[in-house]
Amino acid sequence: MRYLPNTPQNQRAMLDAIGVRSVEDLLVKIPAKARLSRPLALPPALAESDLVRHLRGLAARNADADSFTCFLGAGAYDHYVPSPISHLVLRGEFLTAYTPYQPEASQGTLRTIYEYQTMIAELTGMDVANASIYDGGSSLAEAVLMAHAVNGRGEIALTGAVNPLYRRVVETYVDGPGLRLREVPAPAGVTDLDAARRVVGGKTAALVVQSPNFYGCLEDVTAAAEIAHAAGALLIVVSDPVNLGVLEAPGRQGADVVVGEGQGLGVPLGFGGPYLGVFAAKQDFVRRLPGRLVGATVDLDGARGFALTLQTREQHIRRAKATSNICTNVALCALMATIYLAILGKQGLVRVGELSTAKAHYAARRLAEVPGVTLRFPQPFFKEFTLKLPKSPERVAARLARQNILAGLPLKGLDRKHADCLLVAVTEKRTKDEIDAFADALGKAVA
Amino acid sequence: MPYDNQPAYDRLVFELSSPGRMAFSLPESDVPVEPALAAVPEKYRRRQPAALPEVSELDVVRHYSRLSQMNYGIDTHFYPLGSCTMKYNPRINEDAARLAGFARLHPLAAEALSQGALQLMHELAGMLAEIAGMDAVSLQPAAGAQGELAGVLMIRAYHEARGEKRTKVLIPDSAHGTNPASTALAGYEVIEVKSDAEGQVDLGDLERHLAADVAAFMITVPNTLGNFEPRVTEIAELCHARGAQVYMDGANLNAILGLTRPGDLGFDVCHFNLHKTFTTPHGGGGPGAGPVGVKAHLEPFLPVPVVARREQTYVLDWKRPQSIGKLQAFWGNFGMHVRAYTYIRTMGADGLRAVSENAVLNANYVMKRLEQHYDVAAPGPCMHECVLSARKQKKLGVTAMDIAKRLLDLGFYAPSTYFPLIVEEALMIEPTETESKETLDAFCEAMIRIAREAETAPEAIHQAPVTTPVRRLDQTRAAREPNLRWRGQR
Ligand SMILES: Cc1ncc(COP(=O)(O)O)c(C=O)c1O
Repeated sequence: MRYLPNTPQNQRAMLDAIGVRSVEDLLVKIPAKARLSRPLALPPALAESDLVRHLRGLAARNADADSFTCFLGAGAYDHYVPSPISHLVLRGEFLTAYTPYQPEASQGTLRTIYEYQTMIAELTGMDVANASIYDGGSSLAEAVLMAHAVNGRGEIALTGAVNPLYRRVVETYVDGPGLRLREVPAPAGVTDLDAARRVVGGKTAALVVQSPNFYGCLEDVTAAAEIAHAAGALLIVVSDPVNLGVLEAPGRQGADVVVGEGQGLGVPLGFGGPYLGVFAAKQDFVRRLPGRLVGATVDLDGARGFALTLQTREQHIRRAKATSNICTNVALCALMATIYLAILGKQGLVRVGELSTAKAHYAARRLAEVPGVTLRFPQPFFKEFTLKLPKSPERVAARLARQNILAGLPLKGLDRKHADCLLVAVTEKRTKDEIDAFADALGKAVA
Repeated sequence: MPYDNQPAYDRLVFELSSPGRMAFSLPESDVPVEPALAAVPEKYRRRQPAALPEVSELDVVRHYSRLSQMNYGIDTHFYPLGSCTMKYNPRINEDAARLAGFARLHPLAAEALSQGALQLMHELAGMLAEIAGMDAVSLQPAAGAQGELAGVLMIRAYHEARGEKRTKVLIPDSAHGTNPASTALAGYEVIEVKSDAEGQVDLGDLERHLAADVAAFMITVPNTLGNFEPRVTEIAELCHARGAQVYMDGANLNAILGLTRPGDLGFDVCHFNLHKTFTTPHGGGGPGAGPVGVKAHLEPFLPVPVVARREQTYVLDWKRPQSIGKLQAFWGNFGMHVRAYTYIRTMGADGLRAVSENAVLNANYVMKRLEQHYDVAAPGPCMHECVLSARKQKKLGVTAMDIAKRLLDLGFYAPSTYFPLIVEEALMIEPTETESKETLDAFCEAMIRIAREAETAPEAIHQAPVTTPVRRLDQTRAAREPNLRWRGQR
């Protein structure tokens, strides 16, 4: 077996040194009645070449964004992934290191996390960012729990335009502490601010808005911040950091916590994970943050060095009283994002935003020209928008898939109210030809 | 040290920045929307450009290559970090995860368009269920801690569905910190159960706490001292008799593959750490994956959606009214599922059993070689890891931390230190099955050398490490004046 170096001679020598006859003698503490008396019923081991053939067969049964033109979004986007990222994260010193608990032997990882924290804080306009949470959904859940821990209030107001998948995750996480979720409606595709004023009050720990929201529309974050703050609640903003080259930093619009899905920052679509939960907050909350933090310090000789810090928040020290249960996070995805942001840089991230929104607006115009198809919400949007179709969106999407177009997300499954709608995302990678072909195919499908 | 011929590198990417440099390649706009932001009203636009670096592609590649060289990884160093199972991470796993059909698949592609991915998940869940003797497995949790949260929430939902109100969960004092943290997050009061001198559950203490308000007992098998709890089946029976569920933290599954199964030991729930036992790389702290397995009576409570098979097709089943809900926005860390699946298909049943046998052999060998030099926390035989105590050395002024730092200079990563909390000056050593006898011997010799140095030259050990990119860091200063982002000055 190629991963097991012990030869029978090695094993003999080791058993002799230990003073036992066989490995069985080392397993005596396992109750005999619970020993497995048969081999595990698993498929037979495969040689590498056979296994590769088998895996390719499975992979070939998926409509990936290389063989299909991808207009799917809803929290995962087909943005450009610069080539160096995969090469660099495959370096074994990054890939096969554990959490940097011995800082002297982990300065590489620690420096990349410090760079990551800096970039995320800068993009979101917040004071501090942590080293990552699992994904956008769990990051929002952690933010909600933090708000409750900060002000002790028991209600969370979520607008109806927050990604429903994130809402499901929040529901799971608030079950333990017993927080009550209240919905602020968004009938016109954006949060109804008057309704928000009625829902948000003295019991509200936090108001949660997403911008651009689930339907793609831009929210008035500044107004939401005023409503939250007037009630003494925190404002949590769900934001996609890849848009923040051109969209205003939520921190400058009054957000107290910014969370979001960082997948667009160079992390593969990968059927939904591993992704990157972004978490950034104001300085006031630094000792309440979930997850790991890296800080700069000096070594014995006064040289600059980096280490995990403020660990008394964390489970390995605080146990049942920790700010979160998170241990393993998504450090390598954070490294992908760091390399992505270093490559795109000051100018590139702006270009990504400009191209995405320009192409999205072109696509919206072209698609809404198709007879019977309309833009569902007459609101400013960014790179994603909601179409109302004259025919079943599932059937239309299935038909377009036959032409290798992933037309967008039929909303019926996640959002019953909009069962006649299709959510379409357009990134900088989509070309005019692809968009035109989509519009033509849509025209035929709904005719 | 592999890179000791290089001068120290002390840059952050921001310090390489030069206005106007670029490393990206983006197309010109081919759509007639001008200016590009025409349709985005002014009030939504960013006013102050984000201060990101401006560097060339070579700057990026060289910078991160140099930073990587400031790390120890399994690829470069023996990494005996107990409880973390730092075994070889096969390269074929990485190739598999990067196949376009997996890496470039959108999570919301219709079921009919993601049959290969759903099949892989369904089969992996089935294989994990067989390995653990469980009836069903959810792959959704993103890491061990999230698997724990899911497991405890399912236990809670189970009791509630039966109309029982139980408010406490018992956890041994030797447990990993995530156990109490996840349990508290799930809304339970955590009660600590004592361990005896050998690190085993104090049955008297357990019985005393096992009242009618106890929802579950959560225990790590083998325990965090590396020992198999010999009375584990009795413990499970005792808990069940009192109406409590038993949860197994499966972080140490690498010790028992094909030898025994959590389900056969009497556990109702257990989680897996694919980033330990099943060779997905740790990546400097993550991502991992923490699937959770349950017995049939807990199946209705599994997170949604469940990947199910209907005739010849695979579907995401959302219609599960008793489910605890979702843990992640999508279906779990699929990239890790591909790697773990690849690993299990590489090993097969005999291979996995050989994994555990060799992991146990290696750990016992290391323990045997070191037992005259260090105190052993609990008598052997141990399972896949052994816990030593540097209590003898501490009397000479050399702590577990000092020993860890000295090992770095001798070319080894350090064991886990100060865990479990119940062992004074703990050094938790997990060699794993992928290390050779030669490597283990070299490590043991380094440990023996340090034990001698503790007697003859303890001050020198306090200086360690001296070969690493930095020396010991001022942690107090890091915490007292938190500097968590670069602000343009050193
Ligand atoms: C015994 C034990 N339990 C739980 C965990 C938590 O797992 P994770 O880091 O995957 O959340 C770990 C790992 O760190 C562990 O060693």
